[in-house]
Amino acid sequence: MGRYLTTLRVFWIASLTAELEYQANFLIELVATAGNLVGSIFVLSLFYGRGQSLGGWSWEGALVVLGIYTLLEGITSTLLQPNLSTIVAHVRTGSLDFVLLKPIDSQFWLSARTFSPWGLPGIALGAGLIGYAAWKAGATPTPLTLLGAALMLVASLMILYSLWFVLAASSIWFVKIWNATEVLRSVLVAGRFPVSAFPAGLRAFFTFIVPVAFLTTVPAEAILGRASGPWLLAGGAVAIASVVLSRWFWTFALRFYTSASS
Amino acid sequence: MRSEPVRMAIVRAQGLGKTYRVADKQPGLAGTLRHFVNRRERLIAAVQEVSFSIEPGEFVGFLGANGAGKTTTLKMLTGLIHPTSGTVEVAGHQPQRREADFLGQITLVMGQKQQLIWDLPPLDSLRVNAAVYGIPPAESRRRIAELAEMLELGDELRRPVRKLSLGQRMKAELLAALLHRPSVLFLDEPTLGLDVNAQARVRSFLADYNRRFGATVLLTSHYMADITALCPRVLLIHEGRLFYDGSLETLTQRLAPCREVRLELHAPLGAEAFASYGEVETIEGREVRLLIPRERLTEQVGRLLADLAVVDLSVSDPPIEDIIGRLFHQGALA
Repeated sequence: MGRYLTTLRVFWIASLTAELEYQANFLIELVATAGNLVGSIFVLSLFYGRGQSLGGWSWEGALVVLGIYTLLEGITSTLLQPNLSTIVAHVRTGSLDFVLLKPIDSQFWLSARTFSPWGLPGIALGAGLIGYAAWKAGATPTPLTLLGAALMLVASLMILYSLWFVLAASSIWFVKIWNATEVLRSVLVAGRFPVSAFPAGLRAFFTFIVPVAFLTTVPAEAILGRASGPWLLAGGAVAIASVVLSRWFWTFALRFYTSASS
Repeated sequence: MRSEPVRMAIVRAQGLGKTYRVADKQPGLAGTLRHFVNRRERLIAAVQEVSFSIEPGEFVGFLGANGAGKTTTLKMLTGLIHPTSGTVEVAGHQPQRREADFLGQITLVMGQKQQLIWDLPPLDSLRVNAAVYGIPPAESRRRIAELAEMLELGDELRRPVRKLSLGQRMKAELLAALLHRPSVLFLDEPTLGLDVNAQARVRSFLADYNRRFGATVLLTSHYMADITALCPRVLLIHEGRLFYDGSLETLTQRLAPCREVRLELHAPLGAEAFASYGEVETIEGREVRLLIPRERLTEQVGRLLADLAVVDLSVSDPPIEDIIGRLFHQGALA
């Protein structure tokens, strides 16, 4: 375990060193994320313009959902995107060989190798929006709701990571397939809105097929202190199941890996 | 009673085989469409029934034409692919299980793939490797200094990899691959694309490393100079099968039953003048090259010196490149 922590530190220092050669990126990313967020808030405000509500959610509640979405986007740009999108390249060029020859867990290496600071503005803006909107919504934090909220956020990250990892790992079979992770990213955009805002069919899809509901709506309800026990349990169960699935899928995929011929 | 220490093989392959399933597809769009509708697959035996064993500290050359099965065998020995048949044992482990203890004892260097981080100096990649292999910082600094000295690397370790020459990059790759001090080295074309000087430096480094750490090395290379300089023993693989296992000299003798005799004559002579001595390779003015079977060499050289006005005479083996090249071009090996 200690070795993994040391390795993680070295990984992230090395990738920060590489990224910080391009300092201007930070400012550009901050402006882009803020612009995106303003756009999303504007779109959301259109739904509430005439005193209507979205799927039974108040304006402030919907903002919490949007905040969580922004936070997840930030984490995606910081960890998921830079790491998991390189799996495809590793498979294509055969450099996955080097990863597999290291005496360290290959899934760990592929998932944690890079830390890109450019998602940090998104994380900060998302967290800020969550705090502000929850306060405006009149949420009264108790230790129990805070714990529930934190657990649901972690569960949401576990689900997002697993979905992404499984898709990226499938490049072992479909080496040259379009980058399927981009498709996933556009489906996840649905997470900007509470899942109850969608028609019944889509709601079922976003709950059971691609569990977008567990990514933003369930954690938002936990933050607002109105999550029901069954939903929290379901969130936790889906999270654990997806991580186990990603783990199993990786060992399965590796059995098919024969590495690019040279 | 004294007993001889038993030498245990560090690499052992027994009846090793790998069969690939490949798509049987006609070229062009029409072929692709037909394949899409009616998938046909065919089995290709990349490696068949390969058995050998290597003892600790040996330096073994691994020869074969492109596609002969060298890389597939190396990948089975390092555990990157699973054998279809047979067994492999390296450093007491089954490679395909990829246990951490096994991975810590081996390394694989591939001339056409790199593990160094492109945008960073090699030192940063080395730091990553040290952490992954659990080498303490002080020890890692000591090893980097030692290997850098052997490789004649200095400031290059502090420059971004993308700014290094191919030769410098290869040396840095070697350093990264050897930082954990592996006892079994699998080197796949480590001198590929390097100029003659850089090749020679890599070669002397490998010999040095083998001597200093008693490491076992299995080397593939297209440059015969690498093999002749480094490998007392060679394995020759042809169309997936092990064709020869033994010393390089014996291979040369077996593949080249003739030796080459170069003559410098006092005055030019026609080809017919040499017919009774051996096979004429070339005649350029007063310079003649003949091929003479080994068993008749002394006799024929004696006759040449007695019969003709010879200014100079030398005997050599035909270049090993030619022998191996001829072997692969002929295809059939009997």
